[in-house]
Amino acid sequence: MSEIILQIDGREVAAESGMTVLEAAQGAGISIPTLCHHEILEPYGACRLCTVEAEVRGRTKLVASCLYPVEKDLIVRTRSEKVDKIRKMILELLLAHAPEARELQGLAQEYGADKNRFEKEPSFCIHCGLCVRYCAEVKKKHAIEFVDKGTKREISFIPEIASKECWNCKECFPLCPTEALQAAFVLTKELAFFSLSSEPVPAE
Amino acid sequence: MARINSVAELEELRKGILSKIEPDKPCIAICAGIACLGLGNDRVISAFEEEIRKQSLETKVDIRATGCHGFCEKGPIVVIYPEEICYLEVTPEDVPEIITQTVVGKKVIDRLIYTDPNTGAKAVHQFEIPFYKNQSRLLIGNNPKINPKSIEDYLAIGGYSALAKALFAMNPEQVLEEIKKANLRGRGGGGFPAGSKWETTRNAPGEEKYVIVNAHEGEPGAFMDRALFTGNPHLVLEGLIIGAYTIGSHQGFIYTRHDTPQLRENIDIALSEAKEYGLLGKNILGSGFNFNVEVHLDVGIFVSGESSALMRSIEGKAPEPRPKYIRTSVSGIWNKPSNLNNVETWANVPQIINNGSKWYSSIGTERSKGTKLISLSGNICNTGVVEVPMGTSLKEIIYNFGGGIPNGKKLKAVHFGGPMGGSIPESLIDSPLDFDVLSKLGTSLGAGDMLVLDEDNCMVEVARYFLDFLSGESCGKCVPCREGIRQMLKILTDITDGKGKEGDIELLEEIAGVVGEAALCSLGRSVPKPLLSMLKYFRDEYEAHIKDKRCPALFCKELKKGEL
Ligand SMILES: Cc1cc2nc3c(=O)[nH]c(=O)nc-3n(C[C@H](O)[C@H](O)[C@H](O)COP(=O)(O)O)c2cc1C
Ligand code: SF4
Ligand code: FES
Repeated sequence: MSEIILQIDGREVAAESGMTVLEAAQGAGISIPTLCHHEILEPYGACRLCTVEAEVRGRTKLVASCLYPVEKDLIVRTRSEKVDKIRKMILELLLAHAPEARELQGLAQEYGADKNRFEKEPSFCIHCGLCVRYCAEVKKKHAIEFVDKGTKREISFIPEIASKECWNCKECFPLCPTEALQAAFVLTKELAFFSLSSEPVPAE
Repeated sequence: MARINSVAELEELRKGILSKIEPDKPCIAICAGIACLGLGNDRVISAFEEEIRKQSLETKVDIRATGCHGFCEKGPIVVIYPEEICYLEVTPEDVPEIITQTVVGKKVIDRLIYTDPNTGAKAVHQFEIPFYKNQSRLLIGNNPKINPKSIEDYLAIGGYSALAKALFAMNPEQVLEEIKKANLRGRGGGGFPAGSKWETTRNAPGEEKYVIVNAHEGEPGAFMDRALFTGNPHLVLEGLIIGAYTIGSHQGFIYTRHDTPQLRENIDIALSEAKEYGLLGKNILGSGFNFNVEVHLDVGIFVSGESSALMRSIEGKAPEPRPKYIRTSVSGIWNKPSNLNNVETWANVPQIINNGSKWYSSIGTERSKGTKLISLSGNICNTGVVEVPMGTSLKEIIYNFGGGIPNGKKLKAVHFGGPMGGSIPESLIDSPLDFDVLSKLGTSLGAGDMLVLDEDNCMVEVARYFLDFLSGESCGKCVPCREGIRQMLKILTDITDGKGKEGDIELLEEIAGVVGEAALCSLGRSVPKPLLSMLKYFRDEYEAHIKDKRCPALFCKELKKGEL
């Protein structure tokens, strides 16, 4: 692994090739907010909260730091007027769905996001995909998936799989930054699990 | 048919095909394009078959079901060779008369030829009709001469000669050089130079490389790729094989729509015929070059036309885009270098190889070369597919080919590029068809879908319509795109419902700014484009809706009441 020196917020940071800007920053103790990132899961790039300014050969662009690979002479700014504006708007857009989520509230304070900016449409899920990816990547069960597309996209337990796998697992629950997962689970359970398997599998 | 093993054999075959053609034998070419199909051309074709049988003319008259002729507005279209008499809006009832009068009797039926609605002037031949006159139909002009299900028709007009030239008279570097010098720019929306994209894939590390035809064409109002590919599949295929040879790829993919069976059928037939003739598969034309093509069908969502989503879809996964911090030219399908081009881009390749980059770059403007297919739709007299040199003014397209605005209405705006494009006002229609000029004006040529809007169109409603379309057609993965569309759509819907508030325009601009910069893929990043172009040129209409609760176009129902 060759070492790469880049600059983050004015500091020289050493990173290994193949690392992302987010990893390099975290390694140097520079924090970048994230909602959909988790170190044990594949980078995903959906929340865009980790957006930073990246300057390559004199040209600045906005990139998602959780996906952007480090490169030599890269200059990164994790805070700027533009970056903060984007983060504020992203938080406001999400707060319309999950106004009570603690993680969002903390960030909202930091970025001055107004949780009443947009009309409330509580669906609680902020589509971070942590549950979906955890189940697919770690447990390899695919008991929970995103269904539908565009603005209709939502999470859904797949009853046939969930009725067998979820009773004793529930490992994705603590990953959820909102209460969406529990709510969806309870709902699916009511609607579908019982008709599929009348007896819950006894806990070990 | 035995396979062809050399250029000499190809030319031999071509001679054989040409010698069988009797120049004086009548041939009835009936457009079987998608628009004419919708107008009942299948019944017209059956009527011709039946009438020919009835009059025992089977050996004396040929019938050819062809691809789209372009003048979709006036379909079903029938052209009678060798005189090239063109009949419009033909019905099955007209057929016996056409056979007796024109095919046998060599007389023109007056009521079926083109009559200019303004001057009353008549046009007997296709090339005399104002719609066709002065177009440069380099790509689509052969459609009436070809049965897309017959490789022989394509060979008869010189098909696959460019492939032979590339394989035997040029090395891949020379072909690449020619494409670069021709300055062929991608026709799928971005206008990215094809040559440099090919070069990136060619030079990318890895033995296995892929070439792909993007035939998804999901933009509402875009139908030129379908017209070209359905009507002349070998043209696109020939371009693709030449590209594969240049790039060093042995596997190609055609990504196309699941809901266009006619297109699929013609592609399948073209592939199997090309294979049979040794133009595809192992040792093409005896050159030692191997290349195969597979067809993949889309899953019916607009975003799957985006390059990285399309490649995911070919891998068998959900068509979600990925950020292109590593380009698909370097890491595409299964992380292998993959070169994706649009249907029309590939179709340009054979003529560049045949005629040279110098010839090609003499057509068009300084930085936009060649001709461009345009799907004309909206409030225009002649809906259809037009092909003109780059640099042609929008005004010419609208009035000379498009026949102007119907019902005596006033032209208001021209919108290019569908939900990812922009609108420009009537005052700018002297602008040329040119990638860079249009993008400077805040629109973009897009794939070439040109929507003409008259005074009755409300520009708030048009933006709302595109956002509504995208709300179901984005993948929904990233927050700025999904949530941004949701909120912008809500605000625009409120405005058209008469519930617009002070500050709405500013809020729209703020959301648009974030979506345009922070979204994951180019769909998301283009979401704000239609809206922003309209706020640039038609802001007063937005203000009228909000401040005066008035829809200047008298379109929005809730607001119309106040007006009456
Ligand atoms: C949402 C979206 C949809 C697209 N749909 C198409 C399409 O249907 N056909 C197409 O050729 N290009 C489409 N594109 C552009 C492709 O991503 C890609 O740039 C193009 O196919 C490359 O070919 P070209 O260089 O020959 O233009 C789309 C892009 C986006 C962002
Ligand atoms: S349910 Fe929770 S963890 Fe799963 S995608 Fe929604 S917010 Fe993320
Ligand atoms: S953490 Fe990077 S986009 Fe969510």
